[in-house]
Amino acid sequence: MPGIKDKVAIIGMGCSKFGERWDSSHVDLAVEAAQEAYSDAGVEPKDIQSVWFGTLFSGFAGPTLSHALKTQYIPVTRIENFCATGIDVLRNACFSVVAGAYELVLAIGVEKLKDGGYTGLPISSLDPDDTPKAFPQTAPPAMFAVYATRYFHDYGLSYEQGKHVLAKIAVKNHKHGTMSPKAHFQREITIEQAMNAPMIAWPLGLFDCCGVSDGAAAAIVTTPEIAKKRGKDYITIKGFGISCGPKEHILRQGYDWVHWEESVRAAKQAYDEAGVKDPRKEISIAQVHDCFTSTELITMEDLGLSKRGEGWKDEEADFFTLEKGGLPVNTDGGLKCFGHPIGATGLRMTYENYKQLIGKAEKRQVKDMKLGLAHNLGGAAGANVIGVAIVGRP
Amino acid sequence: MAGIVSYGAYVPWWRLSRKAIAPGGSGEKAIANWDEDSVTMAVAAGMDCLSDADRNSIDGLYFASTTSPYKESQVSTLVATALDLREETRSADFSSSLRAGTSAVRAALDAVSAGSARRVLVAAADCRLGMPGSTFEQDCGDGAGVLVIGNSDVAAEVVASYSVNNEILDVWRADGDQFLRSWEDRFIITKGYLRSMSQAISGVLKQAKLTPKDITRAVLYTPDGRRVAELAKEAGFDPKAQVQDPLAAAMGNTGCAYALMLLVAALEDAKPGDTILWASYGNGSDAFVLRATDKIGQGKGRRAMKKHLASKRVLEDYRTYLQWRRLLPMDQPRRPVMGNISLSAAWRERKQNLAMYGGKCQVCGTVQYPQQRICVSCQTADKFDPVRLYDKKAQVFTYTADFLDPIETPQVTAVVDFEGGGRCLLAVTDRVPNEIKVGMPLEVSFRKVFFERGIHNYFWKATPVRA
Repeated sequence: MPGIKDKVAIIGMGCSKFGERWDSSHVDLAVEAAQEAYSDAGVEPKDIQSVWFGTLFSGFAGPTLSHALKTQYIPVTRIENFCATGIDVLRNACFSVVAGAYELVLAIGVEKLKDGGYTGLPISSLDPDDTPKAFPQTAPPAMFAVYATRYFHDYGLSYEQGKHVLAKIAVKNHKHGTMSPKAHFQREITIEQAMNAPMIAWPLGLFDCCGVSDGAAAAIVTTPEIAKKRGKDYITIKGFGISCGPKEHILRQGYDWVHWEESVRAAKQAYDEAGVKDPRKEISIAQVHDCFTSTELITMEDLGLSKRGEGWKDEEADFFTLEKGGLPVNTDGGLKCFGHPIGATGLRMTYENYKQLIGKAEKRQVKDMKLGLAHNLGGAAGANVIGVAIVGRP
Repeated sequence: MAGIVSYGAYVPWWRLSRKAIAPGGSGEKAIANWDEDSVTMAVAAGMDCLSDADRNSIDGLYFASTTSPYKESQVSTLVATALDLREETRSADFSSSLRAGTSAVRAALDAVSAGSARRVLVAAADCRLGMPGSTFEQDCGDGAGVLVIGNSDVAAEVVASYSVNNEILDVWRADGDQFLRSWEDRFIITKGYLRSMSQAISGVLKQAKLTPKDITRAVLYTPDGRRVAELAKEAGFDPKAQVQDPLAAAMGNTGCAYALMLLVAALEDAKPGDTILWASYGNGSDAFVLRATDKIGQGKGRRAMKKHLASKRVLEDYRTYLQWRRLLPMDQPRRPVMGNISLSAAWRERKQNLAMYGGKCQVCGTVQYPQQRICVSCQTADKFDPVRLYDKKAQVFTYTADFLDPIETPQVTAVVDFEGGGRCLLAVTDRVPNEIKVGMPLEVSFRKVFFERGIHNYFWKATPVRA
């Protein structure tokens, strides 16, 4: 069976404070994350042999990063894969080490969103096929809201019932955010607040939407041999999946709009590589792409963490909370509260899984950690690129 | 006694020959380049004034103009930031009147006399637009004047000041008007200019217990080159012996900066003990009597009016002038428009962009613009001393003339090296493209790079050194 399970290690990670970083540029954010990662790994910047750098909007190409960190003429490759950029950055960095091309590389994702001058993302259309520019230019809340509408419909949830499920997710992730010092939002909310918040794109209200944040996250990747010799805690990659689809959702009637096939396929790739047969039992924690509460709901089912059509029951039963959950989800607050600086998000998810696996997640620490999953969704809902990364102890 | 501590001025390098506007015109008027406006000229005059002065004693900056780039948003803060004044500097804009410059001076005098500020820098700048074909188009020039008002070490004491107001609509622009309007000229001269100026002049002389004969130099605002003689006679001054040359043939009427600029010209020639009468106009008049002290000779190194007037290039081409004022739409290269400025980034980088601060590495000494987080030479993180580059000498390292630039064809672009370290890619303005050479000495000048989405975007450009 080909694959990279346990063939590559993460020996250090860094993550900037996420939030409205008015005093910081993309350079400041990159330096903040990289310096923490260097120091955590105990390596010098000059020891890094190659860099994979991800951003969607904050610059172009490799030099954006080499200029920021003043790397000394080593390779830097910019990766952009919509909001799934972070996982793809890590994946490419890991592949380079597994291939034997390098022994010590930096994977870093950076996004300075708040310089855009807009609420939300700084562009209107994400679809390169939209040449007439005549289709409705939906902002992300609307792109995802249509899935929530269909989910409520297919599973017989009234508006109030559906909103209550979404509110449970928002309340959970807000609660988790209060335990994350670097999270963008750090306050608890109530079910009533979430259900009665101003409408953004029906049925999604204010608290169904994630933070628009500035931030960066980084990982130092090396071979398991080198990692082992250091005698310090590290984690290894168990499996990766990336999936891009043929645009079925809008080109073919019969696509159900209550799942994302790319999530299912990316998860299958990662589970196969990691040797996971029953994810609901085997995965210890999952950081999933809760750009909207409804995205988390659908993702639970796509990843096989809930049965199809029963994700809402698990959310209602607090199955995914840190406090009493069987499978804590978005233990650091998720995109919802930790924030969503696009290029950094997949690496931020892995940062949380890394901290949990090496026992440094402080108040959020989950016991008996075996496998941490990151699910990173990019693109307009339906026209996705989805990345999954499973990490664990060596 | 409160008075003028130091002064500076700015006259654009470009002059438009009045013959180029219409046959029969005489002399030249100073014209702002396409990338200049009241803000950039005020900064240039401020830099001239502060080239040999202490910034830290300045507690206030007043900006005066009838042609502020913003209707709402303070411009004095922008000028103060570019001039690298402290954030605690009091700032205020004076506007809407030709008298705004001298009104700001009076407010500054009151502040320093009351002890609420040690020194206040007053920067007045204007670039008023006359409709093509109008006499305003012939008469109006562009420029800026700066006075630092203080209560100690003054070069000229203010012995008396006096103001009158006159509710008259003589010369005006309504909200939304691009061009100056005026009522019939005999009325506006008789009941506006001559009446108010005479009233203020006699008032201030009376207050100072002086007669016209006691005045060494009368510095008088004038709508054009001729009216000042009429006023001088009425007020009792000898137009030839006593009245300051209004520079009508060399510069033109520079609006609310005009009175300040003429005063700077007079101060450049003044000797200790000289008594100067100074009067401005605009819905009334502000008049002052000043006496030069033994410090009047300081500031000879500044360009002020004389050196600025001597350094020029005459534009013989009226069409280019119309293009610069956006009065003649022109085709442009098929290139993306500039813009998309981020105001949050602009705010974060305000000292770097507006006061041209770079950083000097404390470990290896490399000067870098803008300041980096990690030193480009020795990779040390976060050990920099801020260094202001705009008053350093500079020279061309390499250059090109870019014919694909979306705004200026061609745009001369140069890699500029600063004395003492620091390198920057800058546009070169106020230049003749084929005169640029590698190694050519340059200086930097604050300019408007573009205007998009309601935002005036300012930055530094290089210019050949003005003599």
